[in-house]
Amino acid sequence: MTRTQSATLFALGLLAPATLYIIGIVAYPLVDTIILSFTNAALRPTYDWVGWANYERIFGAGNFNEVIVRTFIWTFFSVATKMVIGTCGAVLLNATIPGQTVFRILTMPPWVVPMAIGIFMWGWMYNGQFGMISGLLQNFGILSKPFPFLAYGNSAFWATIVTDVWIGVPMVTIYLLAAIQSIPKDLYEAAWTDGAGRFYRFRRITLPLMVPAMLTMSLLSLIATFNSFDIIWILTQGGPSGSTTTMIIDTYKTAIGSYKYGEGAARAVVICIFVSLFCIVYFRAVRQLSKGAVR
Amino acid sequence: MSHLARTAAASGAIAEGAETETTAAPTKARAKPRADKAMIDRYRWYEVVALYAGIAVFLFFVLAPFIEGFLVSLKPLSQLFSSPYSFLPKNGSFQAYFDMWRSVPALGIHIFNSIFISSVVTLIVIVIVVPASYAFARFEFAGSGLLLGAFLAVNMFSGAVLLIPLFRLMRAVGFLNTYWAMIVPGAAFLIPSSIWLLRTYLMRIPRELDEAAWADGASRLYTLRRVILPLAMPGIVVISIMTFIGAYAQQFIFALTFNSKTEFMPLPVGLFGFFGRQEVLWNELMAASFVGILPVMIVIVFLQRYLVAGLTAGAVKQ
Repeated sequence: MTRTQSATLFALGLLAPATLYIIGIVAYPLVDTIILSFTNAALRPTYDWVGWANYERIFGAGNFNEVIVRTFIWTFFSVATKMVIGTCGAVLLNATIPGQTVFRILTMPPWVVPMAIGIFMWGWMYNGQFGMISGLLQNFGILSKPFPFLAYGNSAFWATIVTDVWIGVPMVTIYLLAAIQSIPKDLYEAAWTDGAGRFYRFRRITLPLMVPAMLTMSLLSLIATFNSFDIIWILTQGGPSGSTTTMIIDTYKTAIGSYKYGEGAARAVVICIFVSLFCIVYFRAVRQLSKGAVR
Repeated sequence: MSHLARTAAASGAIAEGAETETTAAPTKARAKPRADKAMIDRYRWYEVVALYAGIAVFLFFVLAPFIEGFLVSLKPLSQLFSSPYSFLPKNGSFQAYFDMWRSVPALGIHIFNSIFISSVVTLIVIVIVVPASYAFARFEFAGSGLLLGAFLAVNMFSGAVLLIPLFRLMRAVGFLNTYWAMIVPGAAFLIPSSIWLLRTYLMRIPRELDEAAWADGASRLYTLRRVILPLAMPGIVVISIMTFIGAYAQQFIFALTFNSKTEFMPLPVGLFGFFGRQEVLWNELMAASFVGILPVMIVIVFLQRYLVAGLTAGAVKQ
């Protein structure tokens, strides 16, 4: 055996546990989902192959198309808001002012605290009678009477977006902050020597050099948001009357709530197709960006 | 939340940790006259005001739920369910922090479960990730890039999508309603991001060390155990902390779906115990939440220190 061969064998040995684990817990279930989506599996121990029937049913009747559109709108507004707030946050936290380190640490809680706990807190804040948002808005005279944010379709839709933004903002901020800090300082110094003002430096140096990181982060955020489950489930369980039912919630309700495994699997496969598309775009983008890296 | 996004942010945090170290010196020098501060970093008074105002608004958005949650935990239930709304508690007390243990008797067990599940997940992840990231960092074989890409792609799928087959799998192997139903799938989704992070760290340890060990007649396994592992320790500590926090933060959907036994429930699911038939004990729910947050906050204090230490103390620099 040559040295290269033995090295390869050794490497494969080191990789075996991780690979087997992922095959067992991720790859096999993925394949199983695809197979199940062509069956009428339910609580019964046996099930039959039904071909495309599940797909015909979900696309033919019901509101699946509506759910897809709603998921995309929900995701779009959430990601866009996260990026805007995250960019502002990163720029603010980058300023060299006293308290900088403390402010950076204070940004992290929504990201590190158990998600469910943060969501419970929002659930209380949205309470119409006694919650903070409705209460403060009444105190300031903006609302004349209590407004239960999660009780109406429209407001519940936006309320879940706000909570999702809240959970996502810290990592966008910290990621973009790291991106800003990787911009070489001499660029700023050169511009400053030439008399460029702070805003001009921001617009001509910071912003253009942040674009790659912003692109990467929005794609990552897009995938995370698209898969978001906990927030909607704890706040509204997809209600009222389906107005916050995204694809993930819809799949969960079908499969776990109604025990329609086959049909639920078909819905899950549609999610996987979208996620794979995002994935391809993401990997392409990363490759492109690292090719023309400015750093 | 996708784990890859977490990883990205984690590497951001690491980069930031390294940065904090370099800015430590100017912070100390701040006591000296202002002239010492680089001219370029000087702000006019209205710029300073604008910056602080912006940060105040930003941090209010980030921290508002915690402020409200804490104030709620101090209010007696009767005051909580009264109008008009008052932001600050009148005659607030820490009573809820005592009552909650009686309202939900299993609360202590839930908190223990949360920490226990996260710890076991972290152990599994470390044992699996260390050899794998060493392989990715050092050996180039046909398809190694592809395999790494495949691992990263795992991050893109959330557990929620694979819930049906995972449920069947857990039932088939008899894991339903045990700790394993929450540990095994939980760990799987944390492995890829940890591999990515540790691989990056290991790549900074010079290859010359491996080669020197090889020349001295050390076996590959011995090299990994005795040369690489000690040097990689700071990196391993960092990914352990990241994994623990990730596991602690995200235990919900598997615990909700794969376990119905109270004695195995982690805190996030256990909190539903405060939802009574008549009313929700919001003040005690919030109090319990704060107790549940405490372990992460303690870890975060360590995280700050270790992230910096981990990245600067990496014995060898290229």
